[in-house]
Amino acid sequence: MKPAPFDYVRAESLAEAHDVLAAEGGDAAVIAGGQSLVPLLSMRMARPKVLIDIMHIAELDGIAMDNNTIRVSARVRQAELLAWPDLAVRQPLLAQAMPWIGHWQTRSRGTVCGSIALADPSAELPLCLLALGGEVTLSSKQGRRSVEAGDFFTGLMSTARRDDELIEQVSFPCRRPGEGFAFREFARRHGDFAIVACAAVATEKSVQLAVSGVADRPVVRDFDDASDAALAAFASELDTRDDLHATAEYRRMLVRELGRQTIEEARRCRA
Amino acid sequence: MNWVGQSIERVEDAALLTGRGRYIDDLAAPPGCLHAAVLRSPHPHAAIRAIDVSAARAAKGVAAVITADDVTQFGAPLLAGVKANIRCWPIAVERVRYVGEPVAVVIAADRYLAEDALELIAVDYAPLPITLRPADALKPDSAVLHEGLGSNIASDRSFRYGDPAGAFARAAHRVSVKVDYPRNSCTPIETYGLIADYDPGEDAYDMLATFQGPFSIHAVLARALKVPGNRLRLRTPPDSGGSFGVKQGIFPYIALMGIAARVAGRPVKWIEDRLEHLAASVSATNRMITLEAAVEADGRITALAWDQVEDVGAHIRAPEPATLYRMHGNLTGAYDIANVSVRNRVVMTNKTPTGLNRGFGGPQVYYALERMMQRIAVELQLDPLNVIRRNLVPSGVFPFRTATGGLLDSGDYPAAVQQAIDEGGLAELRARQQQARAEGRLYGVGMTAVVEPSVSNMGYITTVLTPAERRKAGPKNGAQATATISLDPGGAVTVHVSSVPQGQGHRTVVAQIVADAFGLRPSDIRVITEMDTARDAWSIASGNYASRFAPAVGGAVQLACERIREKLARAAAAQLNVPADEIEFAASRVRARGNPDNALPFARLAATAHWAPGTLADDDQALRETVFWTPPQLTAPTEEDGINSSLCHGFIFDFCGLEVDRITGAVRIDKYVTMHDCGRVLHPGMVAGQVAGGFAQALGAALYEAYVYADDGSFISGTLADYLMPTSAEVPAPLILHFESPSPFTPLGAKGVGEGNCMSTPVCIANAVADALGVKELDLPLTPAKLAALVHAA
Repeated sequence: MKPAPFDYVRAESLAEAHDVLAAEGGDAAVIAGGQSLVPLLSMRMARPKVLIDIMHIAELDGIAMDNNTIRVSARVRQAELLAWPDLAVRQPLLAQAMPWIGHWQTRSRGTVCGSIALADPSAELPLCLLALGGEVTLSSKQGRRSVEAGDFFTGLMSTARRDDELIEQVSFPCRRPGEGFAFREFARRHGDFAIVACAAVATEKSVQLAVSGVADRPVVRDFDDASDAALAAFASELDTRDDLHATAEYRRMLVRELGRQTIEEARRCRA
Repeated sequence: MNWVGQSIERVEDAALLTGRGRYIDDLAAPPGCLHAAVLRSPHPHAAIRAIDVSAARAAKGVAAVITADDVTQFGAPLLAGVKANIRCWPIAVERVRYVGEPVAVVIAADRYLAEDALELIAVDYAPLPITLRPADALKPDSAVLHEGLGSNIASDRSFRYGDPAGAFARAAHRVSVKVDYPRNSCTPIETYGLIADYDPGEDAYDMLATFQGPFSIHAVLARALKVPGNRLRLRTPPDSGGSFGVKQGIFPYIALMGIAARVAGRPVKWIEDRLEHLAASVSATNRMITLEAAVEADGRITALAWDQVEDVGAHIRAPEPATLYRMHGNLTGAYDIANVSVRNRVVMTNKTPTGLNRGFGGPQVYYALERMMQRIAVELQLDPLNVIRRNLVPSGVFPFRTATGGLLDSGDYPAAVQQAIDEGGLAELRARQQQARAEGRLYGVGMTAVVEPSVSNMGYITTVLTPAERRKAGPKNGAQATATISLDPGGAVTVHVSSVPQGQGHRTVVAQIVADAFGLRPSDIRVITEMDTARDAWSIASGNYASRFAPAVGGAVQLACERIREKLARAAAAQLNVPADEIEFAASRVRARGNPDNALPFARLAATAHWAPGTLADDDQALRETVFWTPPQLTAPTEEDGINSSLCHGFIFDFCGLEVDRITGAVRIDKYVTMHDCGRVLHPGMVAGQVAGGFAQALGAALYEAYVYADDGSFISGTLADYLMPTSAEVPAPLILHFESPSPFTPLGAKGVGEGNCMSTPVCIANAVADALGVKELDLPLTPAKLAALVHAA
């Protein structure tokens, strides 16, 4: 469990990081908190030629609010966002879901953007980003662009990020009046990746239910009518598989049951 | 006031809690030390057509690449406990037989370079058909792992005690259970590690390894390295990051890395990583069991019929098949059952070889036996508590000889059960169950009674041999424990025990025992527990296994104290002018009983043999005493295959209430009560620690843990995200109760206590789940998906 050889670049500016990414492309890997990447390196499942450490780039720091949006920069650790005093008021879904991410030790190191970049299909932050309809800001030497969450997650641990890009920040819409939020998760143990996690955003007209742990990426559905039949239809359409921890059938059952509970709770929270 | 019996602060903790532990990886590597990495088989079964190591040998920093050619040149096969035509090496020779089997070893300047070079080794494998499950291994057409054996059945023995056929013929009822007990392991936080050195001038090996014993393995290793025992120095580091039996399984690597150091001509360090550990260190055995009972209408069992198929994996590693035989003397558990038949088969499959693991055979046996007790209650519509009570070994019959030859040393099982249900609140738990069920919840109550064997008879393994084979091999029995006490010129006391603690706090308990014997404080006593076979007193039974520390090693310490005390008392008698039998040791002084002013400081008396030996008779020279103690009750198997497999037998009665979530299938333990009779309690805090730790690992076995192989033989629980162990968030605190029946067979009256919950708890939880769901067949681990499927099928 020792990494294959790699070069390490401690980028001091965004421009420097962009330069290395432009030169190395897919042979480079961006490291922030390292909570997933370091084990992947140690198991030689990730074998970048160059590791670009972005944790010393001053431009990538901070949590900001504008246009009713929370903008979280690439250096922000999960613990920092969770401790942000406005979080529960501005975005209750994040406040509910984030304690379920790993353990406090991993949240102290892991970054918000890093979790989005990894796009683990069971992870909480990609689920929340999708449920809330957030955005990912990518940048490279070519410039900057924003990608909506629904377009960002493209498959199993794969995203719309190009090889020469890094995530500069992710944006979560703030709570709007009349919205209700809920989050539920079932995992084998405290802190494990979810077998199924559900996030719901209820408005006056409809409810959005996003689920993770059941397909190659988080999946969201807008329900006008969140009946048992509609949930059952949603669950049956998911491309879920058996694995060591649970059967596909079990996961679908949890989507129906936890999904219904999550929707009901989000609706109650609207009131 | 005695120190023994008090929960004094552990002398080990100050170092451990301030980061000053001295674990293998902290110790300074010798000058010129190189680092090893192991290339492992990706195939469950394949012929090795060719290995090309030329590119690896030429790689940066590489000193040597070891293959089967080196190992067969410098080594010999590892001996096993059965007579079978199998040659087991510490590296794959011509064929790989499990995923993770070592194929080559790279020795390089550091571990990174060694792993880089592993990728340059080209192995040409020709995959072979596999045999993965024990049921498959029994089939005559299964793919054979060891051609010399001709099949995959390494041993097949049948035993008969009493008249089981008659009892079954007369029985009102027959109740049976089938169990497919999974593979799991107690997974220490510190993995295997060693530093190997070879001195060509002396043709001698010096191995420092996280080995826990038993040191019978020393003989296996010396033979595997083709040196006499006095040229294999085996040492252990001062601290251990846990073992639970598992680190016995490092021994093939001791042989392998010894040869690697010899070939490389330099010391070699190897620290196993977590992936290696999970895939290929060792696991408990998985076992296929059919157990049948002949039962009277009132629930009284008149006979048992065991059929056990033990899966030891791809090789039989010493002391296997000991997992199968450790429980032989107590196959009737806590019950008085006169007639028993047993068929034990040992089979080989394309999985990692098995070895010691906390509970060692108990989890498998008691899972079947205690599931059966629950089934008897269900099928005969009896209260499960009454079925247990009806069959318990009665009060007042100890020592009690079991049908299979075990000698239960002491106890009062019915009284302990009564105390447990009173103090543990069984009636209230049953009321809670009624209430929960009235609310439509799935709530179950489970219980189990277990005898916990400790201090293994080194001869029990020979029960696998026929009486004729045993006669030929000569008797094997006993359980030598060792303790050495030294007095220095300042009169300070140092103790060495060959108990190889793996975190349990042996040094503290030894200090308590010695302080009591000499009237000193525990802080006055220095206890050394590192092992060095070149310098220390030891025997093949030395080491840390079979819960032998408190009863056997603690007892040997007591006897060594008594021997020194007698000498000191005679010396003091001359100086204090009183008879030796009126000398007492108290308050750091040696004094005349009834006249405390007529006294000497202990330290001055203890130093006499250094400073004024001429004043002492030859027999009274007290400098250093080594005691070897073996209990006479541990005799070899009889001609009728009766075996007292263990010296001590603690008693455990557990019960619990739990709820199964109707939707998720998750188990929530509502209350868990565990009653222990472990004889005399030497340190209550440590006993509680042993019970709590065993309980946590047992909860893991019950609900989370399994080493899983896919049907194609690939290993799919290879990381700690796949092999789930409970954390403190998942483990409720059990209510621990005690009932004290000192063992008449041990010097201090103590029995082992460390393994019992690994035997009692998995099946107690399973019995409660079976009660909650009303199901008959239930195999571990009880995962939410498995239980949800049962709930939703109902």
